[in-house]
Order: sequence, then C-alpha cells, then structure tokens
Amino acid sequence: MSNDAATAAAAVGGTEQEQPAHGLGASLPAADTRAKTEGTFPYAADLWAEGLLWAAILRSPHAHARIVSIDTSAAEAMPGVRAVVTHADVPGDPNYGRKVVDRPVFASGLVRHHGEPVAAVAADHPDTARLATAAITVEYEVLEPVTDPEQAFAAEPLHPDGNLIRHIPLSFGDPDVTGEVVVEGLYRIGRQDPAPIGAEAGLAVPRPDGGVEIYTASTDPHTDRDLAAASLGLERERVKVVVTGVPGAMGDREDAGFQLPLGLLALRTGCPVKLAANREESFLGHAHRHPTLLRYRHHADAEGRLVKVEAQILLDAGAYADDSSESLAAAVSFACGPYVVPHAFIEGWAVRTNNPPSGHVRGEGALQVCAAYEGQMDKLAAKLGLEPAELRMRNVLATGDLLPTGQTVTCPAPVAELLRAVRDFPLPTLPKDSPEEGWLLPGGPEGAGEPSAVRRGVGYALGMVHMLGAEGTDEVSTATVKVHDGVATVICAAVETGQGFSTLARQIVQETLGIDEVHVAAVDTDQPPAGAATHGRHTWVSGGAVERAAKMVRTQLLQPLAHKFGMSTELLSIADGKITSYDGVLSTTVTEALDGKELWATAQCRPHPTEPLDETGQGDAFVGLAFCAVRAVVDVDIELGSIRVVEMAVAQDVGRVLNPAQLAARIEAGVTQGVGAALTENLRTPRGLVRHPNLTHYALPTALDAPDIRIVKLVEERDVVAPFGAKAASAVPVVTSPAAVASAVRAATGRPVNRLPIRPQAAVSNP
Amino acid sequence: MTLPASLEEAVAALTAMPAAVPVAGGTDLMAAVNSGHLRPAGLVGLGRISEIRGWQYQDGHALLGAGLTHARMGRPDFAALIPALAAASRAAGPPQIRNAGTLGGNIVTAAPTGDSLPVLAALEATLVVAGPGGQRDIPVSHLLAGRAMLEPGELIAFVRAPLLHAPQVFFKATGRTGPGRATASVALVLDPARRAVRCAVGAIAQMPLRPLEAEAWIASLVDWDGERRLAPEACEAFGEYVAAACIPDPPRPDDGGEAPALAPGVLHLRRTVAALARRALGRALS
Repeated sequence: MSNDAATAAAAVGGTEQEQPAHGLGASLPAADTRAKTEGTFPYAADLWAEGLLWAAILRSPHAHARIVSIDTSAAEAMPGVRAVVTHADVPGDPNYGRKVVDRPVFASGLVRHHGEPVAAVAADHPDTARLATAAITVEYEVLEPVTDPEQAFAAEPLHPDGNLIRHIPLSFGDPDVTGEVVVEGLYRIGRQDPAPIGAEAGLAVPRPDGGVEIYTASTDPHTDRDLAAASLGLERERVKVVVTGVPGAMGDREDAGFQLPLGLLALRTGCPVKLAANREESFLGHAHRHPTLLRYRHHADAEGRLVKVEAQILLDAGAYADDSSESLAAAVSFACGPYVVPHAFIEGWAVRTNNPPSGHVRGEGALQVCAAYEGQMDKLAAKLGLEPAELRMRNVLATGDLLPTGQTVTCPAPVAELLRAVRDFPLPTLPKDSPEEGWLLPGGPEGAGEPSAVRRGVGYALGMVHMLGAEGTDEVSTATVKVHDGVATVICAAVETGQGFSTLARQIVQETLGIDEVHVAAVDTDQPPAGAATHGRHTWVSGGAVERAAKMVRTQLLQPLAHKFGMSTELLSIADGKITSYDGVLSTTVTEALDGKELWATAQCRPHPTEPLDETGQGDAFVGLAFCAVRAVVDVDIELGSIRVVEMAVAQDVGRVLNPAQLAARIEAGVTQGVGAALTENLRTPRGLVRHPNLTHYALPTALDAPDIRIVKLVEERDVVAPFGAKAASAVPVVTSPAAVASAVRAATGRPVNRLPIRPQAAVSNP
Repeated sequence: MTLPASLEEAVAALTAMPAAVPVAGGTDLMAAVNSGHLRPAGLVGLGRISEIRGWQYQDGHALLGAGLTHARMGRPDFAALIPALAAASRAAGPPQIRNAGTLGGNIVTAAPTGDSLPVLAALEATLVVAGPGGQRDIPVSHLLAGRAMLEPGELIAFVRAPLLHAPQVFFKATGRTGPGRATASVALVLDPARRAVRCAVGAIAQMPLRPLEAEAWIASLVDWDGERRLAPEACEAFGEYVAAACIPDPPRPDDGGEAPALAPGVLHLRRTVAALARRALGRALS
C-alpha cells in the first residue's frame, strides 16, 4: 500500500485497515500510471498525421484597441504558408461562448483583451507559421483600457452586451437587525492561473464529407463540438471532437476558442492542421480565476454567534462572460461560508473589463469568499477575545440549516466534526524542540533565513463548494458497459482529466460484475454526452450511469442461471470471474455463463433538478455540497515577510471513500494549489497587459513550497442522493487552504492580511 | 553548431562566423530560442573545452574557468575557497539549472537577478577574455555596467577572483521557499589583508550596487587584529546605511517642500536590503 493510501485509510478508520484489491474502496492504481511515469503516454502535442500543417495564432498585443485594418497579403505570399484566416473567414456564427455567446472567434473591429486572437496561419513548418503571423500587418487605434472593475460600471460599454454581466442582490432575513459586535473588512483576491503543466495542443483533420475531426484535450467535448459546428457553419454530425490525454486540467482546456481556428484552417487547406501552444500562448489563451474585491461587515452577539452578514462582492470577469455567471452565484451563495447566519444581505456583481477573461478554475467564486469570510471570523474572534477555532465552532452549519439562498442543507454537513478533527490534531514540533530535523526556514535552504526573526502562526478555515452544475443546469450522463470474453469495457464520454474517473469506472464495474479486467474506452463526441469534467460531475453523474449500466449487465448475465436454478439473481454473487450461489450449489465461471455472448447495457444518470436564484438571490440552486476544514501552520520571517507553510491539516467531508490513494492524492493536489493561491500565484496584468506569461515569474509551488499535508479525518457520512454516497473531493481543499494560510499568517504577524496572494510587505511585523 | 575543443578553436569559430552565439549550459539562451525570442545564426558550443571547466591558483587568486557549473561551485571543496560564490551557486535555481548553468553564462546573461553577480562585484573579480588578439582583462563591474564590451570573436574564458581566507556571506530574499529569483540579494566579504569589508547588493538594479561609504565606515569600526566582533547596533546601522545608499530617499522638490514618500513596495525592498545586509555582516563577523 502506498503512503497516501495508508494516510487515507488511517484517516477513515483510525487504524490502517485491510483494503480490498479490487472494486470500491480499493486503492486501484490508474491504468495509465506507468505510461505517464515513463513518458510514453500520448498527449495531443504528440499527435502526428501524414502531410500535416502547423498553425499559429496572431494575438492582440493591446488590451483595448480598434482594428483599423488587417493586411494579410505579405503573410499569404510567404513560401510555405497555406492559409491565413481572420474574422472575415468564419463561415458560421462569428461569436461563441459556453454560457453566453459574446466572444468573437477572431476579433473584428475591436480587441477587448491582451492575447485575443486576431488571425491564424497554417504553414508547412511551425516557424514559418509563426513568422507569417508576424508578417500580418494589423493597424490598431489603441484605446484606453478599463482594467479596474470598479470603473466598469461607469465606463462606456466595452461590448454590445454591456459591462454588467450579472448582478445578484441576495436578501435573506431582516435588514434592520444589528449585532453587539461589528467588524468590517476589505479583501482583494488576485488572478490565479490554472497553469496546466501540459500547454494546449490539438490536431484537426478534414473529413471526406466536408466535416472535420478535432483531436484535443477538451474537458467538455460535446459543448465544444456544438460551438465549433456553429462557428464553422457545419451540422453537428459533421464535427467530431476526439479527446486525447489531458495533461492537467484545473479549469476548461482547449475550449472552442482553441478548436475553432484549428478546424477552420483544416477546412480551408484540406490538410490536417496541428497547433501546439508555447507557454506564453498558454497563459494568454486560457481563462483565469476571477480577481475579486470583497467588502464585508459581520454582526455578532456578545457570545460570538453571527447575527448578520453584509457583503459586496465584485468579480472581474475580464473581457468576456464565460463562466462568470455561475462563479458569481457560487460566490454570493457561499458568501457566509459553512456558518449559520440568520440575516444576510449579499450583493454581487460580475463586470466586464479589458483584463484577460476569467472563467472556470477549480472552486471558482467559493475560494474568493472563503478568504474574506474567514478573515472576518478572525477579526471577530480577536474583538471578542475568543480562540479562532472556538468562535467558528459556535457558528458551524449542520444538516437541516438554511443557506442564505433559502436552500435547506439536506446533505450531510459534518462541519463541526471536521473542525474538531483539525483543532485536536497535535501541532507539529517547533524547530527549537527538534533541531535535529534540519528545519527549512522561510526563504528556502539557501535563503536568508534567520531563526530569531521567524514566528510561527496557526490558522483555521472552513470551506464549502457545490457539486455539479447549479441553477437549473440539466445534468445527465450516459454510460455503456459491455462484457465479452470475461473482459468488461466502459464507454462513457466523461473525460479523464486526472480526477480519476477512469479508475473509478473500472472499480465500479469490478464491484458490480466481479470482473477484474475492465477497460475504459477513449472519449469522442460520437458517444452520448456526459457533461464537462468539472464540479465533481463525473464521480457523481457518470459514475452513477456506469453503475446502472453495470447492474443491467449483471442482471442479463445472471437471469438465465437464476431462472435455471429457480432462484432470484440476488442470491448469486460474482467474484474473481466466478459465479456462485449463496448456498454454494451453483459454481460456474463468467466466461461459461456468457457462452460466447456479448452483453451490452446503456444507462443514464440524472440527478434531481435545481432552480435558478431569483431576483433576491433565493432558490434551491445546488444539488449537493461538500465541506472541508483546514488548519494551517506557517513560519514567517517577520523582517523579510517570507512565509513557509509548515503543515496543512485537512479534514474533509467525502461521503464515502471509493479509492483511498486517489482521494489522498486529490486532496494533496488541492491543498498545494491552494497554497499557491495564498502565497505566490498571481498573474499580474498592469494596464490589462499580461506581464510575465511564463513559469519563471508565475511561481507555482515547488516541492519545497508544498507543506506537509496531513489528512487527519475523512468523514464518511453517505450522501443518500449521490451514487455510492460519495462526494466530489478535488475542489474544496483548494477553496479552503488559502484562507487557512492567511489566517495563520495573521496569527504569526498580527497583521490584517486582507489580500491574496499574501505579499511579503503584508507579512512583516512593523510595516 | 560547432563544438571546439579548445579556447583557441572557439575564438577561431566565433571570428569566422561573427553572428554565431557561444553557448555553454544554455539555461538562459536555449529558453529564449525555444520560446521564439531568439534565433541565432549559429551556435558555438563550449561544452568540450576542458580548460575552462576547472580552476587553478595564480598569485593569491583563483582562476576560475567560465565553464564551471553552479553545481560544481556549490561543492564543499570550492566552498572552502570562495564561500560566497559557493553559496550563490547553491541558491541559483533548481538542480537541473545548477547542473547545466555556468559561471560565464551567468555573467554574460547579466540578468539583474543573476546570483553570482553581487558576489563577483564584492570580490572585485576580473574577467579574462579570450579573443583573436589574445587575452585581456576586464573588471567584471565594467562589463556589467557597460563600460567595457565584448568585441566580436571574444568570449569569457576565466574569472580571476581573490582568495581572501576570511568569512564571506551570500544571502538572498525570494518570494517562495523553493528555487526562485531573488527580490534582493547581498554578498559580503571580509578582506583582512586590506582591512576592508566589501558588500554588493543584487537584484534591485540592472547591476549589483556597491555601498562604498557604508563599507568604509563599517571597516573602520572592525578590530581587525582582535576578535572582529561588532555590537548589534553597529550591524543594524550598517544595514540601514547600505539600504539607504542603494535605495535612496526621493529628492526633495525644488520648492523646498516635503520629499515624496517611497512607494510601499520600494520601502519594503529597502527594509529587505537592510535586513539582509545586517544579517550578512552579523554572520561574517560571528
């Protein structure tokens, strides 16, 4: 058993339990682990086709400018250049968008953000394609960019749709109530980039029927296919998206904005066209986390019980709407966190600016408000003279309580248990108590660390996220399970992004059918849709569909035998490829029972519907919720303001552990991403221009920055409406960790720490 | 791409093709090539020139080959010779970079955040440049300040650094615990023979800065024949002196009014430099 699995098992049972080798609850390794470790796993950047051309995209160097003219003649005349396309060449809908169709495939007339695609080139060599984009003459009339979201309200509309993308004035309870203790705060959250390790890449191949096949790491292939078809002016049936290996996805990848230029160039040239973005293009091309400005006022009584929360939340959506509407709904709904608040008045806006577009990044909306409401909880605790953990304990949410949206929490909400678990977990030793451990000081092994200037701080945060699409999104996934020759195959369009769906699908089939050898088919849009690989959708909806299909196959397999022996199928069990009856009379193998037949079954899973938030922010908008408690321990050099996160103790509400090793890995990854958001990850865009689109300046956490992550408790309280009772696990640690780090830095330095990532000057003891 | 086996051949190759670029570790150059920012007409690889990959002693100095990698300079035997340069080499990025990146490369790239540069400035090291007309010496600070330039066909062959036989410190402040570019760095060396303290501050300007007055002042306080210890207040004052010299207050306006305050970020940088210089002096004298 791996260390991860041991930790997770210990967190569940208190002691290390024997794990099954197969099926649910086993730490089954992913099927592609070996290929990925050895570097032989094929990603989109590795694809090749006979006679392929290389594409390059010309992007806007300005944040806001009018396009006076585009002259492509010099580029077209270059030897080796096969096609140059601009907005004038888009045959179908010139605009696209996942939720709101407001984003041009290529800028026409106006560029609204730095990096917006203006033209694309296909050529016989990648360098030729890049040189050709440089040969395209675009005459810009540079306009003043609107980069401050607070200015967006009064600014001239940047888009025909206006600058206000969404406004939610949530009103819950009595506005005139006041508390005995009032604290206020202003918080700013920076722009985190998903920074996937594999940059975007794809290959488009024209089809003889005039259609096109696009091979890329799409995380929502059916939506992308529909958008591509609309803009390419083709029927859906003539566009096929084939999903390749996904080299890291923390948000949407290779969306339609990437696929459309590829498809268009393949159709224009009649040749396969490949596009592989470099790191700079990757930073410019994909969506970022919403930079957010939050103003809070918390009212509490003298015992520290929350009375009222007032908040204003302003999301910088960037130039296009993308997922901002849903992010805002999450931000407003979870603005008070997993705490009971009788009266809440939360006003949220998502506004358009000339900054790079914001979109779906794990835990969007929820992360920003978590940092703010936990900052408020620390302030309240300080004002009331309470321990931060104690103040939180007095306010925790539980099943049956109301969210400020008026929705009753019906799923398990073991928030108090989570908080207790991290609070009671022993603190790590101090360097002076265990000098032999070779302590790493803030600033690193060769930094300027000075032990006498280092202060330790402990902080807490509680976070929550919703699972699946919110506000009436139709959630459905379809899966097919096939059994032939003792081997099972799962066909489902749920994309494996690293979240572990394909391993889970294998475990579900092993559990249901007792067949160990299970393959998961590659995903393409010829299969029925399964939805985007976000919000824990596939564990729930696609996992549920796989289970149903597997059960149907099981019935088909066992019914003839049961009939023959005059017993119901429930009395038969399958294990290790053998079918046995409860009394042991019948014993046969699956292969024999199949008798050369192939069994197929297809099933759907559709969770209960949700409703949109109304004009006062009320409504049952969420299918399910997941919770997490994090205790952060940090060391801060209070003269230099350098911070090292020593340990993160995590307790999480997971419903049910389906794969201990995978679960532990997801939590560790989430905490590390959260530490990045807390300390270093911020894509700076002065005047709307992305300053440093590279991994030297955009500092992701390295192994030395990643703290010890202790999974101290996994609460397994099954969610009855979720298949297997399991909850999504990846997003909630990302949401909660930055707030916990900020809380710990507050404790170490006594500074307010109201900005993420935390800048060194905010962590020095006397500014 | 040519792969000369000696300095002479390398100079000949560069002279024959003046547009060619010499490449050693390639940690900066190849990143620029791969991202499409640079497309050199030719490359002269320096990896096979064994004479510049080690060091030798020369009249109380070490003659360091420009091809010494950061990893090599970080080892204990080198640290015994020039401790500050060893410390800077160990701080220069992740192991992959340190295994490939070289001393000469760090100098010619001349990035403000180059970790070896403040150390070389504090050591008052000299570059030995090989060219078609033979070898010539250039003080490293002259090259970094643009007072001297490499001529066509020339490349850095060696770095001549004094062997001071006294404590030396290199400290750097970064934004993260893992390898990162310096936000500020300080190199400080003691030169007992000349009764001098030399200090250079890196990463806060285009080239390392030397606070000469602060150096002279603190050297005058040190009891060079005794224990060489200073009161904490003196170290504190030295830190402030260095920081104010490198990041001066904004000038008072001509009308005699109040001088504008430093921006919070600049003020924090000045405090960082002060803390680094104080800690470096304290460490060197302890």
